[in-house]
Amino acid sequence: MAYPERYKYTREHEWVEVDGKAGTVGITDYAQNSLGDIVFVDAPKVGTKVEKGAVFGSVESVKAVSDLYSPVTGTVTEVNEELTSSPEKINSDAHGAWIIKVELSDPAELESLLSAADYEKFIAEETGK
Amino acid sequence: MATSAPAALRKTALNAMHRRMGAKMVDFGGWDMPVEYSGLIAEHMAVRTGVGVFDVSHMGDIQLRGPGSLDAVQHITMNDASKLQEGQAQYSAMLYPEGTFVDDAIVHKFSPNDYLIVINAGTREKDFNWVRSNVRPFECHANDYSDYYTQLAIQGPKAGETLAKLTKVDLSTIKGYWFKWGTVCGLANTLIARTGYTGEDGFEIYVPSDVPTSERVWNEVIEAGKEFGIVPCGLGARNTLRLEAAMSLYGHEISESINVFEAGLDRFLKIEKGPFIGSEALKKVQAAGGPARKLVGLEVVERGIARDGYPVFDLHGKKIGEVTSGSPAPFLKKNIALAYVPRELAVIDSEVAVEIRGNAVKARIVPTPFYRRPKKAA
Repeated sequence: MAYPERYKYTREHEWVEVDGKAGTVGITDYAQNSLGDIVFVDAPKVGTKVEKGAVFGSVESVKAVSDLYSPVTGTVTEVNEELTSSPEKINSDAHGAWIIKVELSDPAELESLLSAADYEKFIAEETGK
Repeated sequence: MATSAPAALRKTALNAMHRRMGAKMVDFGGWDMPVEYSGLIAEHMAVRTGVGVFDVSHMGDIQLRGPGSLDAVQHITMNDASKLQEGQAQYSAMLYPEGTFVDDAIVHKFSPNDYLIVINAGTREKDFNWVRSNVRPFECHANDYSDYYTQLAIQGPKAGETLAKLTKVDLSTIKGYWFKWGTVCGLANTLIARTGYTGEDGFEIYVPSDVPTSERVWNEVIEAGKEFGIVPCGLGARNTLRLEAAMSLYGHEISESINVFEAGLDRFLKIEKGPFIGSEALKKVQAAGGPARKLVGLEVVERGIARDGYPVFDLHGKKIGEVTSGSPAPFLKKNIALAYVPRELAVIDSEVAVEIRGNAVKARIVPTPFYRRPKKAA
């Protein structure tokens, strides 16, 4: 699975795509694959403040629950309602099935996130492959 | 040594096969086992609607042999093994003097002098040591045969048709919880038992545990089941299948601190057969009017998934118990759980709250099993 180069990544396996001050957040293909069949997404409401590195929700597979850590600080502007009825979209298209959109309050934060290449290196180290 | 390295994970004879087939592996009670192959939900549904195969070779097999073996089995297990005929098996449990669980088990009667007790993987050493020390007064010998067998569970409504392609034994003559010996995949004297841990019809076969034989049988089972959509299944689906069927799991619903009445397994408890380890304590529980807490089934009615260890509250916010196993149920498409609550609150249709990640989420007490397989029409 290719990790899109225009995204930035966290060590907690979220991605963010940024266009100006608008950020779109999801989880990586590695994350969906580790979790297995995803059956539940708990996302914050529009208007919620999220903070870089802090938990903003969770995704649950049949066998496990995993916290979602925000890659950026800002305010939630949109929530992907499709995931309420079809959470498995994350399994079939992790890099397309976004979870929330955020208006960034500090775009400079992005610099500390991982590039696609660094993220791939990071997961290779994690899995020992 | 001052420090000890983490113990190496134990492997079944099919370990390399699981890895070659792309299974996701996990440490399960010290065993390197497949948790899923194609996906937990797909595997679960295959067993409910077609057929799936599981490697359950990590389970333990204790053989009791000798003229005193029935007396020994009666002493160390709670069900009445004197009722077994040759070729019959029964669900049972081994208990501590307190009436709590050493482990649950399936007892097979091979002959009047020969019984096989199939036990859980995570408790193998503990169980075997306990059995060996407790059968000492009897004229019998306890042997640990766990490593001699590769045990495959072929489960689902198409399990019989799948296995029928690999044996000449008339499987329709093996009723539920009975077994026969026969040739399977060319292997003579293979134990074929109509048992399982999925709430579905199915068979468990025990073949020699060398790698070439184990892999050959595994491949032949998968080939035979192809026309029925067979999939290899991992421990993830095994857990959700047994949970839908409300079957107990050691360390969750049953443990050394939970007694037989609490676990609701008293239908397998035969106090009237005469004294055995645990019977005195359980008589007292009975005389006291039953246990203080009961295992109940929960169906989460609001949004949320109850999971193992989550606390359970009454609707006034008072903590009343804990979830022992909880998961989304792939076939039932509900979020279900098993939990211990005070007996007076164990009332079908009453509501409780499960604390799910900081939120009180409503759940209803429902009858178990959550899933019961449909009776065959013919």
